[in-house]
Amino acid sequence: MAPILEINELRKSYGALDAVAGISLAVRPGECFGLLGPNGAGKTTTIRMLYGFTPRDSGSLKLFGLDIDSHLREIKARIGICQQEDSLDPDLSLRENLVGFARYFSIPRRDAEQRAEELLEFFALENRATDNVRILSGGLKRRLMLARALINGPELVILDEPTTGLDPQSRQLLWDKLAALKKQGLSILLTTHYMEEAERLCDRLVIVDHGKVLIEGVPRELIRREIGRDVLEIADPDPQIRAFLQQQNLPFEDLDKRLLVYLDNGDELFLKLTRDVRAEGCTLRPASLEDLFLKLTGRELRE
Amino acid sequence: MNWPMPSRFSRRTLRVWQRNFDVYRLNWKISFIPPLLEPVFYILAFGVGLAVMVGDFEVQGRTLGYTSFIAPALVAVAVMYNAFFETTYNSFVRMYYQKTFDALLATPLNLEEIILGELLWAATKGLIATLLMGLMLSLFGLFSYPGALLLPLLAVLGGLFFAALGMICTALVPTIEMFNLPIFLGITPMFLFSGTFFPLQNLPGWAQVVAQFLPLTHLVALVRGCALELWTPALWGSLLYLAVATLILVPLAIALMVRRIIN
Repeated sequence: MAPILEINELRKSYGALDAVAGISLAVRPGECFGLLGPNGAGKTTTIRMLYGFTPRDSGSLKLFGLDIDSHLREIKARIGICQQEDSLDPDLSLRENLVGFARYFSIPRRDAEQRAEELLEFFALENRATDNVRILSGGLKRRLMLARALINGPELVILDEPTTGLDPQSRQLLWDKLAALKKQGLSILLTTHYMEEAERLCDRLVIVDHGKVLIEGVPRELIRREIGRDVLEIADPDPQIRAFLQQQNLPFEDLDKRLLVYLDNGDELFLKLTRDVRAEGCTLRPASLEDLFLKLTGRELRE
Repeated sequence: MNWPMPSRFSRRTLRVWQRNFDVYRLNWKISFIPPLLEPVFYILAFGVGLAVMVGDFEVQGRTLGYTSFIAPALVAVAVMYNAFFETTYNSFVRMYYQKTFDALLATPLNLEEIILGELLWAATKGLIATLLMGLMLSLFGLFSYPGALLLPLLAVLGGLFFAALGMICTALVPTIEMFNLPIFLGITPMFLFSGTFFPLQNLPGWAQVVAQFLPLTHLVALVRGCALELWTPALWGSLLYLAVATLILVPLAIALMVRRIIN
């Protein structure tokens, strides 16, 4: 199937900083595609180029097979964008925010009102429909932002860190709603730095850093291939443990206060270690996307 | 910086105007009070308190009371304030704090349309003020008809000019506090020295020349000329000044805002 979104060799520099340094990716219809990376990796710049907010230096952008330069209006009418920052109208009610936004897409008033009711209900906001947006909590605002991004019945939604700053309850609800939307056939491009979110929602993903794609693929397969099945974590390792691991001829990541051993099957080793050497501070857990993310992008702080 | 091309604009521009109008409508009862009450205050203060000291004077061969002299100027000043404050403080809040322009850019609208919609809305606010103030001042018998019927047109022209001027400031200031500078150095002196409260002829010669460069001078002259039916050929010059300046400033304001937001 032809990709719904195709990015080819996309570049954008701000002075000496290459914010996006040749990103290529393709989102297929009906899939949730993750754009992952640490802060400042170029995620938001990439997203902003997708709807013409930021002009690109070079590379090509195609949505629905249409070139963005010649079809920007048409493309924007067919996508929904949920930006990172709250851009709701604080003076208007929830319903007015949705119905008002529909006007920019030239949606007839009656259709817009009906669509607004459906979306308010879908995001469990119907009891707050006439409230002023100003008084909403962060979680409710985010839900309304997402509802607003769907007002035009888009074929692709672009979500820039949709759950950043939300409490666990709000986050779970949003994840459920996104999963339900995906089931209805909506294509989703999602940026996040919550690995749990990406693992749960994304069919495929890329991890980017310094404006470049580091890896691309299906999350489970990537973890399996790059990390293994299990991770053995050892807190406060002593020389005895290090010696044991060296003797087993096992590569490990040494974080000084913590050792990480990536394994394909860690059960046996874990038993041996806890029985013969030390049980305290040793944990065996399934390898996660976070392990892969940190392995690829490094552990040093970004900001 | 790129000059905005006509092909960038569609009818959607009016949706931006409509958005601002919707928000305005929520508080219209409060928004209507200043233009209705302000002329009353001025007429009380100047007409009752000051006019007795000033006495009547002659303008273009006609004897005018002081209240009649300042009444049209109040309308011109209201157009300037309404339009300029809308595209400075209010547009800045929408652009920077409320991220309204970001939200609109995610729709089929483009930035040129958004800014033009803002300018049209600011001019509309000048027009609303003109209609309300004109109504009050007419009730006091201070305007002559049919001449005063031209005031709405002047309000739109003057409103667009000052809206564009304000938007240029918005495109250039780094922070909202910086608006104090153009207001203190530009708007306030214009309010005082554009033939608003005394005839320009009272100024020293060099100051009269400077005053001819101030846009408010020409808006005041036009509004006064129409509202009092004091027709002089010089009004054509004022009209030309405002029309040409508006034709330059509106696209300039759009181009500068595109430069600020996109780059």
